[in-house]
This record gives sequence, structure tokens and C-alpha cells, in this order.
Amino acid sequence: MNKLSFRIGGVHPADNKFSRERSIETLPLPKTVYVSMAQHLGAPAKPVVAPGDKVKAGQVIAEPGGFISAFVHSPVSGTVKSVSMRNDLAGRPATHVEIAVEGDEWAEGIDLSDTLVSEIRDDRQTILDKIKACGVVGLGGATFPTHVKLNPAPGKKADCLIINGAECEPYLTCDYRIMVERPREIVVGAAIMQKVLGCRCVIGVEENKPEAIAALRSAISELGYRDMEVGVLKMCYPQGGEKQLIDSVLRRQVKSGCLPIDAGAVVQNVATALAVYEAVQKNKPLVSKVMTVTGNCLPADRMHNYRFRIGTPLSFIIEQAGGVPEGAAKIISGGPMMGKAISNLDACTVKGSSSILYLDAESTKRKPAGNCIRCGKCSDACPMGLEPFLLNRLYKAGDIEGLEKNAAQDCIECGCCLYSCPANIPLLDNVRQAKAQALGAIRARAAAAKAAAEATKK
Amino acid sequence: MSNIVILTVVILTVVAVLLALILFWVSKKFRVEEDPRIDEVEKVMPGANCGGCGFAGCRAFAEAAVKAPNLDSQFCPVGGNETMKKVAAILGYEVKEQAPRLAVVRCNGSCENRPRTNIYDGSMSCKVKAALYSGDTGCQYGCVGCGDCVAACQFGAISMDPSTGLPVVDESKCTACGACAKACPKGVIEIRNMGTTPRNRRRVYVSCINKDKGGVARKACAAACIGCGKCAKVCKFGAITIENNLSYIDFTKCVACGQCVLECPTGAIHAVNFTPKKVQPSPVKKEETNE
Repeated sequence: MNKLSFRIGGVHPADNKFSRERSIETLPLPKTVYVSMAQHLGAPAKPVVAPGDKVKAGQVIAEPGGFISAFVHSPVSGTVKSVSMRNDLAGRPATHVEIAVEGDEWAEGIDLSDTLVSEIRDDRQTILDKIKACGVVGLGGATFPTHVKLNPAPGKKADCLIINGAECEPYLTCDYRIMVERPREIVVGAAIMQKVLGCRCVIGVEENKPEAIAALRSAISELGYRDMEVGVLKMCYPQGGEKQLIDSVLRRQVKSGCLPIDAGAVVQNVATALAVYEAVQKNKPLVSKVMTVTGNCLPADRMHNYRFRIGTPLSFIIEQAGGVPEGAAKIISGGPMMGKAISNLDACTVKGSSSILYLDAESTKRKPAGNCIRCGKCSDACPMGLEPFLLNRLYKAGDIEGLEKNAAQDCIECGCCLYSCPANIPLLDNVRQAKAQALGAIRARAAAAKAAAEATKK
Repeated sequence: MSNIVILTVVILTVVAVLLALILFWVSKKFRVEEDPRIDEVEKVMPGANCGGCGFAGCRAFAEAAVKAPNLDSQFCPVGGNETMKKVAAILGYEVKEQAPRLAVVRCNGSCENRPRTNIYDGSMSCKVKAALYSGDTGCQYGCVGCGDCVAACQFGAISMDPSTGLPVVDESKCTACGACAKACPKGVIEIRNMGTTPRNRRRVYVSCINKDKGGVARKACAAACIGCGKCAKVCKFGAITIENNLSYIDFTKCVACGQCVLECPTGAIHAVNFTPKKVQPSPVKKEETNE
């Protein structure tokens, strides 16, 4: 059968999906949750509760702080203890709402049953409103508000909705588990988004998940969706990158500086599809999610796929999973390629949390950097067709114009360059800085042009 | 055979003379008229091209100085008053004497004061480290210790002290060009007056930029400013302000009396170049302030 893949670059790390057979367990409720107001891309949400308020699970506790922002709901029932600054997993302060858990009472109108509701009764606008009201954001990692993505600017039309089930990051199995355990819900969620966009749909799944592919296919045929199919993707990192997936499925490239919608595609994660299903059909806000606890120094019986309430402290999850294993040198939130090392275990889970990954010293410690020998492995590996070694040099020389010309702003920070560099040069670290500088220059110019245009209008 | 040699020499000589004439004519014809004073001013400049004055280099500074109606808006921090006097003499301007300045590292977070809470093994660049996370200590404001300032200094005036993990400024080498302050992603380094008058070298500064509340700051670093305000109360000259739980000493108002240094419960205020006995009495009460 024809397997799809993107055409430029990519690397092949071992997939290490050790926890694939562990079915999803529901994590017990912690004593206290801390819900961050900055757990989506865009403006932080504004809290609408005060200390002492009683809240129920699923109740709104914060409103969007701008156009690109999202509602935040209480994940538990209990009493609001404080609304204060607290450090996130990178040690940076963000406003958190602290809620002491009392029982597990849900707000009214939320359907908690497991019965499948496949009939889509709502019209387009109602669906969008429901998605917005339930605080659904992209769960593939970027946490971009879903209702904004599903509502393209006037004049732009999507002809294909791609559901991202690639899960190309090694170790992670949370998306795999929901595809195997809840394929029908995902398919209905995809159909809901299809109705909003009015286009066909492809669910992309990497070939190393045959059970997921079979489960989704049977769900589609069972529900009789005609415009929906499962695309089998080759195993290659970063297959689940938005622009890579569009290339794999549609053979279209997203131009530099353009959005996927400009190539006629909208990409949503499978977990997002599930969240959309729950929001629209069950009226259930995004207050829980699945995460993987795994690693290469963790005994197999201590690996888990947990459904957790958003805001649960990381330390609580670690404790439930039997503590930090011996030999762990780094604890990472997310996959080994794009995840972030956690410097603060007191931090809390957010909508984008997808794993707790323990890696040993050998596989994670950086080796001393050598000199670049211009072997070009990083350029071969870069899925965006950039030249990381060149960007690295331009960054060191402070040549922002050169960075922009060489498209540093197009970097997706996938880490293929760093993974492939035989000299262990911290390419990604520097290119990430370079990208920020190039984007800064582009934004400053756009702002200046806008100001000039307004001045001439007057 | 010798004919060929002679012919070659003659032809090459003729070509050389012709080209020389063309070059001479071009240089006369397309000569750019330039104020000769620009060259003169450039000669007395230090020639470091550090950009500390805000211009692209010493030549750019000289061009601007010749064009400007006075020297009020220009100052060469590297050459200092000496150079400015020379420049003023060439251009016939008045020049105000400025107090000498230097870079001051406002962080106390040595290994002893500020325990490490995690290990950083990424790229050894302050910019990269600061963009990734809050750093390997509990304090998210202070020095991250990768030495971007050391690399930025052209004068070899900053070095990392391995025992504290903090940069140290060599007073005799620092020219206050400000390159280190620009390179620091945390804004730890500030350019301050070297002394209270252009002559003396006594100075007092708050060696901390932690804006957290007292308890949080103290927990992260034993020598953090906790914003208790004792220094502001004791200052008779109104030089100290407390903002966002952080004390700041205005160096234009400070007379270096040293009272605040004695008052500070955490030792966040540093006094430099004082005679030892004035500052040393530090039976400072080790009370726990939880403000």
C-alpha cells in the first residue's frame, strides 16, 4: 500500500513506544489543583473567580483575554483558595487559580455518560460557539485556540481537514491509546470539524500504529462517513509537524510566511478531535486529558497512560506513578525531541501537557560541542529545507538581515539538526534565538509599515 | 632572447605609467571633499570602535562631532574626559567634565548564597539559557552565569569568578562602553558612576535585581534584596527608592555615607573602596524579616 511522507529532510529516531499496551487509567484527584491562566497560545485568560468561591467541575473560572485566547474551566469541584502567581515548569511566573478539591461534583448540563452521540444536530455557528465556550485548544502541543483555527479569515477556504494522529515523537503513546480506545468519538469529532469547514477529511496515522489504523477505519465504516479516510504515514520524524503533514497528505507546500489555510488545509490533533466531540456532543469542557508516563530508565510495570484533570501538580502524578526512577537524569514534559526539561516539579499540568518522560544520563546529557566540518547532515535533516549550520554562523555574526534571507523564521524547532549533528553543536538552541531575532525584525517592519499607512490616511 | 625581455619590460612600464596617470586623474576628478577635522578628531579617539558612545565606531563619532553645534550630546566613555578635552580643543567647543563610570554587576547569587536547584547542560550562552527557562537557581532575575558579558567585553575587563560563578569587573580596565550591559539578557549589569565625585572611587549599590516578595527572594538567595525598606528610611539624601520589592540607589544623589550598608539585613547593598573600618562593623542583626 502507498505510504505517505513529506519530501524534505526528517530523521529516524527509535520510536521506543514502550507504554503502548498500557490502557488509559484515570488518575485519582489530588488534594489541590493549580490552574494556569496561560495554558494556551495567545493572551492569558482573565480569572473571574475570587478566593472563597465554590466552584464545580466544568465551571468557567477564567475568560479569554483577547481574540486569540481561550476559556479556562475548573477541572474539579471545591473552593478557590487563591488567585496568585506561581511558577510554571520552566520556573517562570504565571497567574494560577488554586482550588482545594472537595468531592467531585460537575456543573449542570454536562453529559458524563460514555454513550456515543454520533448525530450532529448543531449548525456551524453553534458548533464554533460550543468549542469556544468549552475552552478547546490544539492538543498537539502548540495549544492554539481551536475555534480560531476552524474559522478561517474571509476569502480563505480549506479543502481538506487533516486529523493528526502521527504521534511521531518517540516514547509518547497518549494519542495512540485514545485512537485505540475511543476511535468512534475521534471520528465523530473529526466529522463535526468537517461540517464546520465543509471539506473532506484525512486522518494521518504513522505505520507503527496498525491497531490505531484498523480501529479508526472500522469506526469510519461503522458510522458510514464517506468523505473521511485514514492515511497511512511513513515512520519519520517530524511526520506530525503541521507543514510536514500537509506535504505528506496533500503534496502541497506551505509557503514561507503563510499559514496552512493558505495551502487549503486545516490540521487538528486527534486529542483535539476528541475534545471537540466532548465539547459539542457532551457539552463537556476541556478539563481532562491523557498523558504518558514513560522513559528509558523506568521499569515497564511503572509506565502508564493516565487521564488526568488539568491543573494536577506534576509532583502528584510522579508520586502516583511510583516516584522518580533511579538513574533518571532528566525529566521532560513532552517528547524527547521537542519536549522541555522540567526544572520545577511543583509546576502543574496544563492543556498542552502530554507526558512525563524520564531519560537516563547517557541518552540525554549533552556532549561537548566540536567544530563544524560542513558535512551538511543538518541541512539534509531539516524538514523545512533550511541550512542550520549557516543560520548558526549568521546568528553568531549577528547578521539579522542574513538570517531573514535564509528563512530562519521558518524554523519549526523540531530538533532534527541537533539530533543529526555529529559535532554536537547546539544548533537548535542558536537557531531558535535566530528565529526570534528574524521574527522580531519582520514584526517591527510590519508595525512600522502599519503606522506609516495610518499616518498617510490621516 | 634578450629582445623579448627588453620588450616585455618596456611594455609593462608603459602600461604601468598609463594606469598610474588614470588613477591620478580619477583621484583628482572624483575626490570627496571632507572636513579635515574629522581625521584630526579620529586620531585622538581611542580607536576601539566599541560603539559605547552610541555611534558605529570612532570615525562615525568624529563625523557626528564635527557636524554637531556642540558636544553636549556626545561622550566617549572609553577615552573619558581626557579624550573629550582633546576633541573639544580641535573643534573649539566647550566640554563638561563627566564623572567616570563603570559596569556594575548587580547580583549576589554566588554558589553559597543561591543554591542550585537543577543542572543546566545546554548551550553555554546566557541568551539561550535565559530564553529556555528561569535558570538553575530559585532566582529568576539574577545572573545565569554563562559569560555572555565576558565575551562581549573588548577590553578584557570582565572575567567569571569560578568560586562564585559571577562575573567580576576590573575597575582599572572597564571603560563603561556598555557592551556587557547590552549583552546581558537579564539586565543584571548597569553602568554607574565610579564614585560620588569625579575624583573619589567610593560607591554604594544594591547588588540585586530580584523583584519577588521578600520571603520568596530570601528563599532563593540568602543575599537577595527583600525590599524591606530599611535602607530607604535611613538614607538622608533621598537617594534610595523601593519599587517592586527592590531597592535602588540613585548614584547621582548618593554621597556614599554607608548608612544603608549597615542597615541592610541581607547584605544586598555593597560598598566599594571604603576604608575597611567604616564598613566592616557588621554585627548586623540576623533577624528573619518576612516582609
